Amino acid sequence: MPSLKEVKTKIVGVKKTAQITKAMNMVASAKLRGAQEKMEAFRPYTSKFNETMSNLSSRATTGGSYPLMEKRQVRSVELVVITSDRGLCGSFNSNIVKLAGRKMEAYEAEGKTVSFVCVGKKGHQLLRKTGKVRKSYRDIMGTFQMFNAREIAAEVSQHFLAEGGSDKVEVLFGHFRSVAIQVPTAEDFLPVQPVATAEDGEGTKKISGEYIYEPSAEEIMDVLQPLYLNVMIYHAMLEVGASEHAARMTAMDNATKACKDMISDLTVLYNKARQAAITGELMDIVGGAEALK
Amino acid sequence: MAQIALEVVTPSGAVVSEDVDIVNAPGYGGDFGVLANHAPFLSTIKTGILSYEKGKKREHLMVSGGFCEVSNNKITFLVESAEFGYQIDVERAMRAKERAEKRLAQASSHDDSINVARAESALRRAIMRLKAAEFK
Repeated sequence: MPSLKEVKTKIVGVKKTAQITKAMNMVASAKLRGAQEKMEAFRPYTSKFNETMSNLSSRATTGGSYPLMEKRQVRSVELVVITSDRGLCGSFNSNIVKLAGRKMEAYEAEGKTVSFVCVGKKGHQLLRKTGKVRKSYRDIMGTFQMFNAREIAAEVSQHFLAEGGSDKVEVLFGHFRSVAIQVPTAEDFLPVQPVATAEDGEGTKKISGEYIYEPSAEEIMDVLQPLYLNVMIYHAMLEVGASEHAARMTAMDNATKACKDMISDLTVLYNKARQAAITGELMDIVGGAEALK
Repeated sequence: MAQIALEVVTPSGAVVSEDVDIVNAPGYGGDFGVLANHAPFLSTIKTGILSYEKGKKREHLMVSGGFCEVSNNKITFLVESAEFGYQIDVERAMRAKERAEKRLAQASSHDDSINVARAESALRRAIMRLKAAEFK
């Protein structure tokens, strides 16, 4: 039987941990709201952007060639792994990294070389030992903006265009499906896929008459493609941002619950120990009284 | 007077969404104006001043890089940032301008094309911010 004092100290310790996890849960839920708002605000931009892209690519793909759209024989694959900067969010980051590992094995089995670009500190920490990390962006997930995404997209597409660079790029991130569910997802990034023309069901989206392009449709395409990549990266980062906080909320909620369970177990133990101590003392007193008779 | 629906959308949300009389924007080939019932039109947008008129009111915005689309009597700007003149922090823009100028002066000594391009666009943004701030 552990001593009374030991159990008491342990209860106090667990209680303090519960306080911390509870606070972290609340912080995460507040931050989640912010991240979700950021995602919502971005939605009109992407939907409009995709509309224009599909509109344009149905017209512009016929003439001219775009280096960013060129499909080559794939010899090396680059995986852009987007994770959070901080831990304590359950298996969120490790799930993304696991997906990256599986992808790497699959590609290497086909005889392709694989390199990583890590966005977020956790991915870097977990993938460093593979020795295949080409570039890392750390400590930006807290306060990233469009220009961070632009920097990453520019770096990745430069490597794609460079001689002996990557032939195919995928983006891996945690897709935010709901507060309870975050799914590690891989999306094709480069070469740029021609965007599917908007659903035919909505006839109104089809534009009547020819567009006037300034400059030509091809040149606009040249400007739009890098922008499109920025938008994709930014979108993935927003998803990871929201997913991270949601995952942390769940993890911290579980931790708080576990703490409560532990406290109740420990309290039972404490009461038992106290009871045993009282019984022991009584026995002593009764024994002493008996001896005096 | 017939009006055209103007929408300015940035990654952090819509900035303007209203019916206006005329829009003036910094296009790829120079400034252009759009009135109601304009033909379908697609152009890239440079960093510069976007202005529009509604009744007697004239508003100015600083916009940076993106594109604009006109269709079905609606003009949509998709730009990286858009700020009204009165929202602009003049001191911050001044500092950004000085910083960009300093960087340009340094970069021209040893040739570094990426940094030069970056500093140039930063300088242009700062100048346009200051210009937009004058209109408030």
